[in-house]
Amino acid sequence: MNKQASKVLLSVAAPTVAVGFALLLSSAVLLLIGESPVAAYGAMFRFAARVDSAISIVNRSVPLYLSALAVAFGFKMGLFNIGVEGQYRLAALVAAWVGGVVTGLPAPLHVALIIFTAMAVGAGWAGIAGTLKVTRGVHEVISTIMLNFIGTGLGAYLLAAYFREPPAPGDLVIKTPDIPPSGQLPSLNPVLEALGVDVPGGSDLQSFLILAVLAGIVFYLLIWRTRFGYDLRVSGVSATAAAASGVNPKKMILTTMLLSGATAGLVGMPMLLGFFHRYTIDFPIMLGFTGIAVALLGRNHPVGIAFAALLFGFLDRASQILDFEAIPKEIVTIVQGIIILSVVVAYEVTHRIIQKRQAEEVAAELEGATETEEVAG
Amino acid sequence: MARKVLMLLALIGVFALIASACGEPDVVDEPDVVDEPDEVDEVDEVDEVDEDEVVDEEEPYEVGMVYDIGGRGDLSFNDSAAEGLDRAIEDFNIDTRELEPDEGGENREELLRLISGEGFDLVFGVGFLFADSIEAASGDFPDVRYGLIDGFIEDLDADSNVVSLLFAEHEGSFLVGAAAALKSEADHVGFIGGVEIDLIQKFEAGFVAGAQAVNPDIEIEIAYISQPPDFSGFADPARGQEVALGQFDAGADVVYHAAGGSGAGLFEAAKDVSEAGDTKVWAIGVDSDQYLTAPEEVQDYILTSMLKRVDTAVYDTIEALVEGRFEGGYREFGLADDGVGYSTSGGFVDDIVDELEDYKQQIIDGEIEVPERP
Repeated sequence: MNKQASKVLLSVAAPTVAVGFALLLSSAVLLLIGESPVAAYGAMFRFAARVDSAISIVNRSVPLYLSALAVAFGFKMGLFNIGVEGQYRLAALVAAWVGGVVTGLPAPLHVALIIFTAMAVGAGWAGIAGTLKVTRGVHEVISTIMLNFIGTGLGAYLLAAYFREPPAPGDLVIKTPDIPPSGQLPSLNPVLEALGVDVPGGSDLQSFLILAVLAGIVFYLLIWRTRFGYDLRVSGVSATAAAASGVNPKKMILTTMLLSGATAGLVGMPMLLGFFHRYTIDFPIMLGFTGIAVALLGRNHPVGIAFAALLFGFLDRASQILDFEAIPKEIVTIVQGIIILSVVVAYEVTHRIIQKRQAEEVAAELEGATETEEVAG
Repeated sequence: MARKVLMLLALIGVFALIASACGEPDVVDEPDVVDEPDEVDEVDEVDEVDEDEVVDEEEPYEVGMVYDIGGRGDLSFNDSAAEGLDRAIEDFNIDTRELEPDEGGENREELLRLISGEGFDLVFGVGFLFADSIEAASGDFPDVRYGLIDGFIEDLDADSNVVSLLFAEHEGSFLVGAAAALKSEADHVGFIGGVEIDLIQKFEAGFVAGAQAVNPDIEIEIAYISQPPDFSGFADPARGQEVALGQFDAGADVVYHAAGGSGAGLFEAAKDVSEAGDTKVWAIGVDSDQYLTAPEEVQDYILTSMLKRVDTAVYDTIEALVEGRFEGGYREFGLADDGVGYSTSGGFVDDIVDELEDYKQQIIDGEIEVPERP
C-alpha cells in the first residue's frame, strides 16, 4: 500500500473507531436505564435531518471550530492554552460593549471594529500568560486556568459596573447596550433560499461561517506553508532542535500565545454578531473547554477540526429532542466524554503502529544497505 | 492488548444482554412527537370549540414547560413550577413535555421554538431570563400561548398570546417581616438576599416595611451574597451561612433569606447559634414551605416561610387554558388570591397568627401600601 495513503487511513480510522466505541458504550448505558438505543439515536437523526436543525448544527459548530483552532495553535508548538474559555468571554464582552456604544460607522467598518476589538482583547488576555511564561517561567497550563477565573470575575465586574445598559423598569436582564444594525452580520438565509431551501422562521444561518472557513485556510497556510509555521511545528516537536536551528523560543512562545488568543477572541463573534447583538448573562459558556476536545478529535488539523466541530454541533442540537422523547439528554454528555477518552487512546495506538512501521522500514533499508556493502566488499 | 479489548467488548455485550432483558419493550409505542401528523390541526380544533365537541374532549391539551438551568429537582424555583404542572396533570386532560436549557442558557429561544413548532397549546418559560426569548418566539407562533413566570415584557394586552405571571413578593415579605419583628426579643432582625437585583430588593423592601410596621425603631441588618451578573449567591450555602452568622453576631435574632439554595446555610447558622448560646434565634424561609423540605435537625429553627406560589400560577394558567378563558397580559399573584403568603408549619407563629392575618387584611383592603423598592 502507498505509504501516504495508509497514514491517512490510519488517522481517519482512529476517530472513527473512537466515535463507534462511544456509541456502543452509550448504547449500553441507554439499555441499563431501560431505554432503547435504536429509538434514541433514531429520534436524534430524524430530528437532525430537519432544515432548522441542520442550520442550528452549523451555527453551533462555527464557534467550536474557532475555539478548536485557537487551541490547535498552541498544541502545534506544544503549548496548552486552556484559557480560551476566559479569553473569548472577556473578548466578547468588551467587543459587545464597544460595538454597542460606537455609532455612526458604516456597516463593514463597524463589524470590523467589533471583530478587531475581540481579537485584541483575546490576544491581550492570552498574552499575559505568554509573558508570564517567557519572563518568569510560569507554566501556561497554570496561568491560563487561573486567568479564566480572573477573566470571569473581571468580566462580571465590568458588566455590572461600567458596561451595563440602564435597565427599563421591570427588566431584570443584565446586558450591554444593543449593537445597532450597522454592527450586525446578516444571515445567509437568502443564499439558502436561492438554492431552493425552505428556511423555517426563526432560524438563521449565521454568516460568520464564511469567516470561520477563511480562518481555517489561514491557519493551514500559516502552519504548513510558511517559515513561521515550520519554526512553530519544530518548536513543538523539539524545543532544543528549534533553538539550534536559530529559533528564538521566547519570541515563539509569545507569538503563539498571541495568535491563539486572537483566534480565541473570535469564538464569541458568530453568536454576538449574528444572534444576540449584545452580551448578556445568557451568553454561551464552555465553548473554550469544548474546543480543547474538538481540537483533540480533529487532530489539530483544520479539516479534521471541521468534522469534529460538526459532530459536536450535531450532538448538542440532537440532544434536545431526547427530552422530548423522555430520554435523559445527559446521555449525549456521556457520548462526548467517551469520544474524548477513546480518541486519546486510539491516537496513541495508531501513533505506536506508525512508529513501529517506520522503525521496520528504517531497519529494512539499513539491512538492504549493509547487504549491498557486503556484496561490494 | 487485543485480548483485553475483546474482554471489554464481551463485558459490554453481557451488560447489554442483561439490560435489554430488563428493559421494557414499549419504547416503540411511545408517541413520536416529531412525526405526529395530526399535531398541526390540533391548534385549530382547540380554537373552534363548537365544531366537534366529542373529538375536543378526547384530544388532550399540550402543555410544554422550559425550566431554567437546574431543571426539575432543584428543590427551589423550578420544582415549584413542576409541582403546579404535576397537579394540573392530575386534574386536567393534558399532555406535557419538559425541557431544560444548556448550562450557559444560550439555547432558551431554540427550545421555545422547538416546542412551539410542535403545535403545543401553552408553553411556560420558568424565570425572568426567558423574557427576551419568549418575546422573540411568541411573534412567530401566534397560535401558541406562553406563560412567562417572573418575567416582564412590555406592551402586553388581553389579546397577546403571552401572559406575564408576576408575584407580589413584597406583600408576602411584609408579613414575614412583621412576624420577625413580633418574635424578635432583641428588636433586631436581618435580611439576606441572594443577588442584589431588583427582584430580590422587592423582598427586602417588603420585609423592612413589615418589621417597621410592628416596631418603627427596630434594627435591621441587610446583606446580599453576590452582585450581578454573578448569580452564585443563589446557590452558595457556605457563604449564606457566613453572612447569616455575621448577622446573628451583630445581634439579630430573626433572619429572613431570599437567596434560593444559599438559604440552607442560614438554617445551619440558626441551629449552630441557638445551640451554642442561651437564646434561640430564628430563620425564615422563602418561596416554598421550607419547614417541610429542610433537613429534620434544622426544622425547629424555621419560624415560617414566605410562600411564593409559582405552582399556583402554573396551575391557574393551565386551568384557564383548559376552560377556554386564557388571557394575555399581566397577572400579579398577591395576598388576595393566595399567590403569596406565609406558612404555619411547625406551629411557631400560632401565637401571632391573628396579628399577621390583620396585616394581611389591611394590605388586601389597601389600607397598607407595601413599597416595592427599598
